[in-house]
Amino acid sequence: MKHIITLDTREMNEANGGCGECQTSCQSACKTSCGVANQKCENTAE
Amino acid sequence: MIHQYKLNGYNIVLDVFSGSVHVVDDLGYEVIALYEKNTPEEIVKNLADRYPESEIRDCLSDVEELKSAGKLFTEDRFKPISFDFKKRSNVIKALCLHVAHTCNLNCSYCFASQGKYNGERAIMSFEVGRRALDFLVENSGKRRNLEVDFFGGEPLMNWQVVKDLVAYARSIEKEKNKNFRFTLTTNGVLVDDEVIEFANREMSNVVMSIDGRKEVHDRFRVDYAGKGSYDNIIPKFQKFAEARGDRSYYVRGTYTHLNTDFTEDLFHLADLGFTELSMEPVVTAPDDPVALTEEDFPKLCEQYEILAKDMLRRKKDGKPITFYHYMIDLSHGPCIYKRISGCGSGTEYLAVTPWGDLYPCHQFVGDEKYKMGDIWQGVTNTELRDEFKLTNVYARPDCENCWAKLYCSGGCAANAYHATGDIRGVYEYGCRLFKKRMECAIMMQVAENMPSSAE
Ligand code: SF4
Ligand code: SF4
Repeated sequence: MKHIITLDTREMNEANGGCGECQTSCQSACKTSCGVANQKCENTAE
Repeated sequence: MIHQYKLNGYNIVLDVFSGSVHVVDDLGYEVIALYEKNTPEEIVKNLADRYPESEIRDCLSDVEELKSAGKLFTEDRFKPISFDFKKRSNVIKALCLHVAHTCNLNCSYCFASQGKYNGERAIMSFEVGRRALDFLVENSGKRRNLEVDFFGGEPLMNWQVVKDLVAYARSIEKEKNKNFRFTLTTNGVLVDDEVIEFANREMSNVVMSIDGRKEVHDRFRVDYAGKGSYDNIIPKFQKFAEARGDRSYYVRGTYTHLNTDFTEDLFHLADLGFTELSMEPVVTAPDDPVALTEEDFPKLCEQYEILAKDMLRRKKDGKPITFYHYMIDLSHGPCIYKRISGCGSGTEYLAVTPWGDLYPCHQFVGDEKYKMGDIWQGVTNTELRDEFKLTNVYARPDCENCWAKLYCSGGCAANAYHATGDIRGVYEYGCRLFKKRMECAIMMQVAENMPSSAE
C-alpha cells in the first residue's frame, strides 16, 4: 500500500476483554477528569 | 466514523470504531475525506487536476481494501452492548478513602475546600477504614486486583491510620485471594524519610501535588499564613521521586487562566528531575478569575503541541519524560468494554468519607444528593447507582458524533455535572481539550511507530 500506512492497534472485538482487572479510570494520576486511552489492559492472556 | 487531522507534518486518519490509526499521504488524505459522499468516479474527477488518474485509482483501491479489512469506515457495532450496561454487575473494585478531611495547606482553588468538602474537619478512624476495606472485599466478587486510594484533604495528617489500614489489608489479602494496590496522594508538607520508606514498600503509586514554577505553585498552594509551599515541598518530593526508583509516581499539577503557558511548568518540573508528569486544567465556576476562557483555548492547544514535540525530542535525546495524558498504548490498550463503560464512578469506584458514607467518587463527596449509602449497609440508593451505570459514552447525547468517544469513554461525570447540572451532560471545554490531547498523543505514537520510517 503506497498511500496509506496503518499502525498496529488492538482489535476492538466484543469477544475479548471485559475481565475487569484493570484500574478504574480516574485513579492513578489526575483525579479530576478521565479518559480510557491511557489505561493499561491487565489481561496478559489477550 | 472517521477523524482526520494534520499535525507535526503527519496526515493522520483515525477510524473510530475499529480504533485503527493510519498515516496517509496528501492524496490519501483527500481521497478519504471525499470517500463517503462521492462515487469513485466523482473523486477521480475532483482530484484529476492535481494528481495522475492512476494514482487516484490506486489510492481508492487502498481505501477499499482497508474498508473490507474492517480498518476504515467501520460501522458502530458497540451501541447494543452499551445499553446492557444497566444490567452490569455491582462489583466494586476501587475505593477512594478520604482518610483526612483536613489539610495543612490552604490552596485557594481546592475543589475540596481545603479538604473539608464544605463540611467539618474530620479524620477517618481505623475502625471505619477497616470496615471500608472489608466492604470492598465483600463486594469485589471475583476481582483480584483491588485499588485503594488514600486521599484527603491531606492523608499524611492521618498517617498512622493509613499505615494500620495497609497492614490490615495485607493481613487479609491471602486468605481472601485479593491483591491490594494502594495510592497515596499528598501535598508533600509532611513527607519525611519514614513516609518515603513506607510508601516505597507499600504504595503502588504516589501522586505528588506540585503546580510547576515557584511563582505558579506559590500563587495557590499556600499555608494558612499565606506563605507559599514550594520551597518546603520541592526537596522532599525530589527525594521521594528519586527513591521511588522504578515504582510508579506522578507529579500532578493544575493549570489555570494565569499560567496558560503551562509547558513552562512541566519543563521546570522536568528540570527538577521529575519525569512522570500530569497537569490538569482547573475546573471552576466560569466567573472565577482563574477560570479558563475562550481566548485561552488556542493558546492551550499550542501548548499541547509544544509539549508533544518536545517530548519526542527528549526521547530521542535519551531523556524521556512521561505526560499522563499522552500515555496511550495502541496495541495493548483497553478492551472495548472498558472503552464504553465510562469512568466507573458510582459503580465500580466509590469514595468513602471519614465517617463511612459512600459517594460516587471523590468529586461528589459533600453533595448530600449524591450520597449512595454507607459502608455498613452498602449501596442503598440503587437508583443513583443505576444512573451512574449508564453514564457511559453511549448514554450522553453530546458524545454521539464525537470521534474521541472510544478514547474518552464519556468523560468525567463530575465535570459534566458541574458544567451542565446533569451527570449525563458533557463539559464542552474539557472535551475540546481532551480531543486536542488525543490528537497530540496519537501523533506521538505515529512519530515513534511509523513502520516506514525505518524503510
Ligand atoms: S470528548 Fe466529550 S463529547 Fe467526546 S466522548 Fe468525551 S465527553 Fe463525549
Ligand atoms: S466522575 Fe470524574 S472525578 Fe469522578 S471518578 Fe469519574 S472521571 Fe473521576
